[in-house]
Amino acid sequence: MGAGLFSSFMTGTWLEASIVAVAAGAVGFFVVVRGAAFAAHAIPQGAFTGAAGAALVGVNTLAGVGVFSFLAATAIARWGRRARRDVVTALILVGLLGLGSLFLSMSLEYSAQTFSLLFGEPLAVGTGELLPTGAIAAACLALIVAMYRRLMLTSVAPELAAARGVNPENVETWFLLSVGAATTLALPVVGALLVFSLMIGPPSAARFIARRPAAAVAVSVALALVTVWVAIAAAFYSGWPLGFFVGVLGVVWYLLGRLVHARTGDARSTGDARSTGDARSTGDARSPAPQGPAAGAALRKALAPPGISS
Amino acid sequence: MRSPVGTTLRRGRASDEGPALPEGSPPPVLVVEGLTVTLGGREVLKDVSFNLHAGELAGLIGSNGAGKTTLLRAVLGLQGTAAGTVTLSGRRDHGSLGYVPQKVSLDPDLPVRARDLVALGIDGQRLGVGLHSSSRRARAEELLSSVGALHLADARVGALSGGEQQRVLIAHALASKPRLLLLDEPLANLDLRSTQETVSLLAGLTRSHGVAVLVSTHDINPLLPFMHCVVYLAGGRAASGRTAEVVRSDVLSRLYGQHVDVLHAHGRVIVSVGDEHRESGCELAPDDCAEEGQPA
Repeated sequence: MGAGLFSSFMTGTWLEASIVAVAAGAVGFFVVVRGAAFAAHAIPQGAFTGAAGAALVGVNTLAGVGVFSFLAATAIARWGRRARRDVVTALILVGLLGLGSLFLSMSLEYSAQTFSLLFGEPLAVGTGELLPTGAIAAACLALIVAMYRRLMLTSVAPELAAARGVNPENVETWFLLSVGAATTLALPVVGALLVFSLMIGPPSAARFIARRPAAAVAVSVALALVTVWVAIAAAFYSGWPLGFFVGVLGVVWYLLGRLVHARTGDARSTGDARSTGDARSTGDARSPAPQGPAAGAALRKALAPPGISS
Repeated sequence: MRSPVGTTLRRGRASDEGPALPEGSPPPVLVVEGLTVTLGGREVLKDVSFNLHAGELAGLIGSNGAGKTTLLRAVLGLQGTAAGTVTLSGRRDHGSLGYVPQKVSLDPDLPVRARDLVALGIDGQRLGVGLHSSSRRARAEELLSSVGALHLADARVGALSGGEQQRVLIAHALASKPRLLLLDEPLANLDLRSTQETVSLLAGLTRSHGVAVLVSTHDINPLLPFMHCVVYLAGGRAASGRTAEVVRSDVLSRLYGQHVDVLHAHGRVIVSVGDEHRESGCELAPDDCAEEGQPA
């Protein structure tokens, strides 16, 4: 590694990106298990408009992103209740993105700035941003910790939560706000288009690798950290956009996760098996590959980040 | 008519008397009085009344669209009512009712094991992460074992078969020590063996846990050997009471507002309304119904 990569100039970048990864990895776990990928796509697009607007009127980018993330999250939560959520989400996305294109067209520094807002610009992060970033991340994680059991319960089945007096719609609103907070953190670093990949790639693999919910969150955070670290180093040396590496790694994690899943014999053998009898005794007994469990365990061990047991 | 369903036990069940009602029981666990529910201007339930006591297994019988789910949701407090009352004895909080919803579709890749889902039944409504504790773990295992699913504890819930998932969901519902357990079509999509196992499990729970159980189903037959009482829904109205007093031609004819035949054949009950058979065996094996004769 060259000295430049770890110079004091880069300290802010490393810290900022690590904070972003922890928040995105944790929130992303719930994005994946709740099937909320579209909302996690739409909120950053809305937040992009906030960044463009902030640049236009000359206020702090983080503030613009934060306000518009909040607006997008609350709008999806509010209007998605009584209508088809995907349609409402899409309309909020296109409405905000349309506004964003207007803001950009009115701005003078068009192309370079647009590119960094869409695809990220880690090297531009100064240490001055660390305090607000850290505060938002802390709030976001506190929200996830506080709502953890209710999030799990509503993720498994909203009816089960409702029967225990937990309003699934309220849980969803808090969840979308946590997505908005994670977006606010991540957008200036990885860009509007790829916030999404940081919230989807690592957790999509984590849920294959780990069986326990808490372990899956930990694996998700660990993979998100590895993603941003590798991406920063690779972007630094190659000069290619950070977003490229973040996006590609997201897909790589998913594919590796599937591989682990298939090899550990954890996968159900066929779709039909679910509705038939109860003859089989344990989860592992249904492995389609005879050598599955042993070979898979070794692979799982090899792939799991240090200190994380699945 | 003397206990027409008293002889409906089948497939070699040990007890031959039919289930005995717990006698001299305290006030009912659940009292539903004059319940009326309107959905989109349509009266889905009209003046429905029934009681349920501790230790009773009740069948909530009706065809698709008869209002079974609406009734269960009204009891849960999830459905607004136009008139009538739903009274639950004693305290009413998150733990007093256990609920197993219809068709819970669990993602097979969800990193939630059976024991995690049951643990969420113990305290899933609380704030915070719920730190790992040996007592919580032991309680989850005890619950899984009470539904005969301890061997599934470490399997992902989404990868379990329908019958296995049903057991785990029942353990989840029992976790808060409810006085009343509501199950919405738990027997739909189960094969014959899983159906019988689920029904006998529920009957066992009424005895071992003293819980009142209300099971909705469109097919009365699997419940017959174990059911103490029945709430029969048709056209939004209900007839309720001991099974033998309700599943009769005269009572059901009044309920449906047209002639209804109740046939007993091979230990099964076939309810025939006009030209139509209200018995799920018909959906599964039409030939079977045809040979039972064509009444009315």
